[in-house]
Amino acid sequence: MIQVSHLTKYYGDFLAVNDLSFEIQDGHVYGFLGPNGAGKSTTMNIMTGCLSPTDGTVKIGGFDILEQPEQAKKLIGYLPEQPPLYPNETPQEYLTFIGEAKGLHGKELREEIDSAVQSAGIENVRDRLIGTLSKGYRQRVGIAQALLGKPQVIILDEPTVGLDPIQIIEIRDFIKELGKTHTVILSSHILSEVQAVCEQVLIISKGKLVAFDAPENLEKLLTASSGVTFQVEAGKEDAESILAQAEGLSGWEIKEADGVCSVAANLTEGQDAKAVCGKLTMAFAAKGLPVFEMRTRKANLEDVFLELTESGAAEDAPQDLKESKTESEAGEE
Amino acid sequence: MIAVLKHELRSAFHTLTIYLFCAALLCFVGVGAMYYNIQASVANFEYVLNFVSIGLVVIIPVLTMRSFAEERKQKTDQLLYSLPLKTWQIVGGKYLALVLMFLLPVAIICIYPYIFSKYGEVYLPAAYGSLFAFFVMGAALIAVGMFISSLTENQGFAAGIAIVLFLFNYYSVSLAEQVSSTSYGSAFTLCIIAALIGLIVKTLTKNNAIALGVGGGLGVLTIVSYLIVPDEFEGLLPSIMEKLSLFDRFTTFVNGVFDLTALVFYASVIALGLFLTVQSLEKRRYN
Repeated sequence: MIQVSHLTKYYGDFLAVNDLSFEIQDGHVYGFLGPNGAGKSTTMNIMTGCLSPTDGTVKIGGFDILEQPEQAKKLIGYLPEQPPLYPNETPQEYLTFIGEAKGLHGKELREEIDSAVQSAGIENVRDRLIGTLSKGYRQRVGIAQALLGKPQVIILDEPTVGLDPIQIIEIRDFIKELGKTHTVILSSHILSEVQAVCEQVLIISKGKLVAFDAPENLEKLLTASSGVTFQVEAGKEDAESILAQAEGLSGWEIKEADGVCSVAANLTEGQDAKAVCGKLTMAFAAKGLPVFEMRTRKANLEDVFLELTESGAAEDAPQDLKESKTESEAGEE
Repeated sequence: MIAVLKHELRSAFHTLTIYLFCAALLCFVGVGAMYYNIQASVANFEYVLNFVSIGLVVIIPVLTMRSFAEERKQKTDQLLYSLPLKTWQIVGGKYLALVLMFLLPVAIICIYPYIFSKYGEVYLPAAYGSLFAFFVMGAALIAVGMFISSLTENQGFAAGIAIVLFLFNYYSVSLAEQVSSTSYGSAFTLCIIAALIGLIVKTLTKNNAIALGVGGGLGVLTIVSYLIVPDEFEGLLPSIMEKLSLFDRFTTFVNGVFDLTALVFYASVIALGLFLTVQSLEKRRYN
């Protein structure tokens, strides 16, 4: 559906996108992930024809965005980072303009507007001035605009930025719904969001594509794989000997304090964490050693993201990462 | 293009600008008609238009300042770029909308000579010919004002630059008498203009090579021509200034001559303004 090949974009001397190539298939939700300043918005702007690349091509449904812009743009609905709205208009007037610009007329236009208004959930505000709407509703009006003309691809640039938690959940659910009928590409620097919504993830760092796969496959990429942590009331040597006999562990670290050992063990690849935990507890129990606080540690997208973008880019985004870390930790608890 | 035109007209009536513009133009014409036609009992409506033309220096920039600067400020230009519209359709739609907004008060003004003709001898062809030229001149100013608006995201800045440019154009004939008419003076001033053009190109393209090529090329061309045919430069600057004046050409119509060359000149300014606006928008994608 979308082919991006060797895309390069310079802003003066600054290299924003560096030889980016990927292909996007029909009917999935794709996540564009990267720290701030990684080149996500620039890539999206080039894909939608808002910017011209310094080099490289973008083809939408076989149409080149620069050479056959009209055919290519008809296949795309785009919501930029800041919803492009006219505050002096009502959503109804605004959507009429967009629909007409996309070549819709008369009955078809009215029907499309009605369906976009309904999908975006803005029926009750369609005749209020956009300037008086809340941020969440403005975002929805922006999404309704992207839906007009039945485009096959919907591109959303950071669609949940600045929304309250309830609105974020609503928009995420809405994007999931959209994904059933459209190809959706969304960009985000919030990892939990991408993990929750996307079937495929493109990780981009310093303008380069560093990974492109399903979130669960990306997790497998990690060198630091899944593991198990627990505490056991035993001496270090006892714990050591039981762990040495246990199956499914590739290595461990033991810290002893006040007669209690804290163990962090890594699982060998392909091991079922639950089964290993069961066997471990039974092994310690058989020796009469009580086990506390046993937890499985699963590698998540955050680890992948950190590992892949660590080489220099991570310092650009410590704030966002911290935010999403606390979010995902809270989720686990 | 029609979609953009309809949208522009619809949103214009949501703001005060169009009402203020119409009120200001009608007020100017009203005062002029009262002063010339009623108090001084002159039957030539074209004199009123000549009097009003300085008003255009201020009110046209007020009309055009929003057109692209506002889109850029609110980031709605991104929307226009992502819609399946060609750049000329966006520019054409916006320009037509502005011209129609200008046509609205002009249409009302059309009634004035007719009313006056009921109460005295009014030479209607001269009055309506001048009114037509007044409209075309306004359309040319709108094209220039719109181009200036496409260069910035600051409405006030767009209006300010347009007012200064129009004022300079309005007084360029009087100024032409003051500037040096010697061949050396003309060549020197043209070199400075070449440097300024180079500077503008640099701001627009952010490309030093092109700017140096354009500015330097024009400068060298001026110097070489000056060295070969210095006599041709005698009085060149004042004559260029006179020829470029949009307002001076309008006085021909006021004097009762329907000057087709002036209309062609206005049409060229419109075409150039629209072309530059399209280029300015296209160029922004390459930034």
